[in-house]
Amino acid sequence: MLSRVADSLYWMARYIERAENNSRILDVNLQVTLDDENTGVDGDKIDWEPILASLEDQKLFNSLYEVTNADTVCEFVTFAKENPNSIRSSVAAARENARTVREYISSEMWERINGLYLWLNSPAARQMFASSAIDFFRHVVDCSHQFHGTTAATLTHGEGWHFLQIGKYLERADSTSRILDLKYHILLPRGEEVGGNVDTIQWQAVLKSCSAFEAYRKIHTGQVTPWSVAEFILLHDSFPRSIRFCVEGVDAALHRISGCERGHFCTDAERLSGRLCSDLNFTRIADVFKIGLHEYLDGIQLRLIEISSAMHSKYCEWMEPAGGQEQQQA
Amino acid sequence: MGQLFGNYDVGDFYDEMFAAPGQVRPHYREVLERFEGMVDGEVERKQALATATFLNQGITFTVYSDNQGTERIFPFDLFPRIIPSEEWEHVERGLVQRIQALNQFLHDIYHEQRIVKEGIIPEEVVKSAKHFRPEFMGFDVPKDIYIHICGSDLIRDHEGKYLVLEDNGRCPSGVSYVLENRQVMKRVFPQLFGRVKVRPVDHYGQELLNLLRHVAPPNCPKPEEPTVVLLTPGIYNSAYFEHSYLARAMGIEIVVGQDLIVRDDVVYMKTTKGLKRVDVIYRRIDDDFIDPTVFRKDSVLGVPGIVGAYRKGNVNLANAIGTGIADDKVMYYFVPRMIKFYLGEEPILPNVPTWLTMFEKDRKYVLDHLPELVIKSANESGGYGMLIGPHATKEEHEKFRQAIIQDPRNYVAQPVISLSRSPSFCDGVVEGRHVDLRPYILSGEKITIIPGGLTRVALRKGSLVVNSSQGGGSKDSWVVDGE
Repeated sequence: MLSRVADSLYWMARYIERAENNSRILDVNLQVTLDDENTGVDGDKIDWEPILASLEDQKLFNSLYEVTNADTVCEFVTFAKENPNSIRSSVAAARENARTVREYISSEMWERINGLYLWLNSPAARQMFASSAIDFFRHVVDCSHQFHGTTAATLTHGEGWHFLQIGKYLERADSTSRILDLKYHILLPRGEEVGGNVDTIQWQAVLKSCSAFEAYRKIHTGQVTPWSVAEFILLHDSFPRSIRFCVEGVDAALHRISGCERGHFCTDAERLSGRLCSDLNFTRIADVFKIGLHEYLDGIQLRLIEISSAMHSKYCEWMEPAGGQEQQQA
Repeated sequence: MGQLFGNYDVGDFYDEMFAAPGQVRPHYREVLERFEGMVDGEVERKQALATATFLNQGITFTVYSDNQGTERIFPFDLFPRIIPSEEWEHVERGLVQRIQALNQFLHDIYHEQRIVKEGIIPEEVVKSAKHFRPEFMGFDVPKDIYIHICGSDLIRDHEGKYLVLEDNGRCPSGVSYVLENRQVMKRVFPQLFGRVKVRPVDHYGQELLNLLRHVAPPNCPKPEEPTVVLLTPGIYNSAYFEHSYLARAMGIEIVVGQDLIVRDDVVYMKTTKGLKRVDVIYRRIDDDFIDPTVFRKDSVLGVPGIVGAYRKGNVNLANAIGTGIADDKVMYYFVPRMIKFYLGEEPILPNVPTWLTMFEKDRKYVLDHLPELVIKSANESGGYGMLIGPHATKEEHEKFRQAIIQDPRNYVAQPVISLSRSPSFCDGVVEGRHVDLRPYILSGEKITIIPGGLTRVALRKGSLVVNSSQGGGSKDSWVVDGE
């Protein structure tokens, strides 16, 4: 398949996943802040700054807005055209990539992406956002799921499909690590203790933003603890949004593309993904907390970027940097 | 006559549907019945359904005038244009004759130039033609086919006679609308297709692919299995939808310039499994932009070295390089003479009467009658560089007068033709609007024309300009059996 097509499929999947994850993060934060007791300008800042920190977008945000509160952060992460990672920009970028591979993807896939794009740019989206932001974010998540479902049901599961999977799982692993990291940035209110009510609510929110609360409850019936939540989200072997599961997905897809057997490698990308896989397979959550959760997640994010660049230079290296499309690196 | 056509004004034009007020031509009867039988609001509902279909599928073209790169749909009119089969067969014969003559002309002009030597076409006209490529003198194109895909524009005069308005022998566009319009009509009026036998158009993609495979270059390693690609300028091109549509219909790769690379005069595409040889390129990029090492140096759309590969017979391009000379509106004037010269036949489809301002006698007449005439610049298209005398101001007349005097080779004049009209939906009522017809002619092993073509309609009241950039829309065109 054309290198450019592989590249576009990869980015199309990444951008759709990015739109979904941004919606999840905002949805959960909205719900948590509805429960908390932070008030006033400072309270708004405490509630919403962590989002920007975990998305690593503070600088751009500060150049656009004067105050940090629910309205400005939601606007920035949802609609802002100036923000290349906003939900709207991500969907527009996904659609742009889809347009370049119209002849490769199924018409149904295109109609899903195009429909979401047209809706996000219509007054109907604004209305829904104004009347219930939570409904709005759920809708975006639904659309993303519909896209993946349509893709699985209508696209040949050949080489292109595997590039799509790599894009989807790399982005999801990265986002999940950011959601988990979000908790690191959220300060506990004065007087609250680790393991107290507020702390528990926040850890529950982390689970919910990964659609993991119900799955988690099936395994852990007792108290929601930081250790067990982090373990579940990082290391669970079959929950589809856990980082380990996602990296497995990346590794499997890479091996399907090259035809190399799992557990071996014939490209650099496979070597890196395989190594990250086995690290995650043989890590205990206690080891993670010994290093520090935040530091550990930072490390994971860097290794995901390495896999992405290795994959890119192996399969899409024909793209001359000057002439190629500029893409937003995660 | 029901309410839909109760107040229909045939006007002083040839009407595609009515022979006289209230007198329906036989091939429109079934359709009239169906439309008359529609309940209140049905037309609007169907129109909305059609519009939504185009938008959802992204069947749009990009308008750059507002700096936003806004995507618009090409307005679609629900009311079909119907051509009885006998009439169509006449058109078909005329088009086949014309494309044969044009192809022989291109061969001749790039070889012996007999037509010049025998005094049929003045040498200066050839030498000064903007799209003449003297670099290709003596070059033999594969299978001796130059214009593989042609989209000739036809109009009908006040008597209903078909005339050729221009030949588009470079990269004619619009065929995707023919195919999509039909899909939409089937979706919106499923029962109608059961009752009226409309000749299908769906095989266009297959015919096009057959043709492209047929013209594999001499050095193709596997002539029975050539690799065919479609070369597009990219997603920001206004016809990108069409490029991707055709690539899908043929199941071939769509590539941009950067996907291709030339090594040792062979063209390859860059794939995830390495370089793959390309044999035939259906290019939707003009000559000027196709190879920055040969033509325009500033082109970023093309592929450096591709012309070298073409010359060596390692790759073929459709259409051939240099066909633009046949699109020159001055050359158009000579097409009826080409038909006589090469085929020894009388033209079946006549030209629109044309004056060449390069001839002194013609120029004098044209300059004296500017306000009555249509003036066209020889190498512009899309409704640009054109003066419609009766609709223009004195200043515009003056501007063209000066332009003609300064560069008489570059202009032609034609009388204003009252294009035929077809009933069209305009704000809920049916009114007559001017139409043209662009059939698509494929020249491969044989010459194939899909029945009908693209009917463009000038949706602005009174307008004669059907181009999409100037308020034009399109209709489904049906060839049906009957007189």
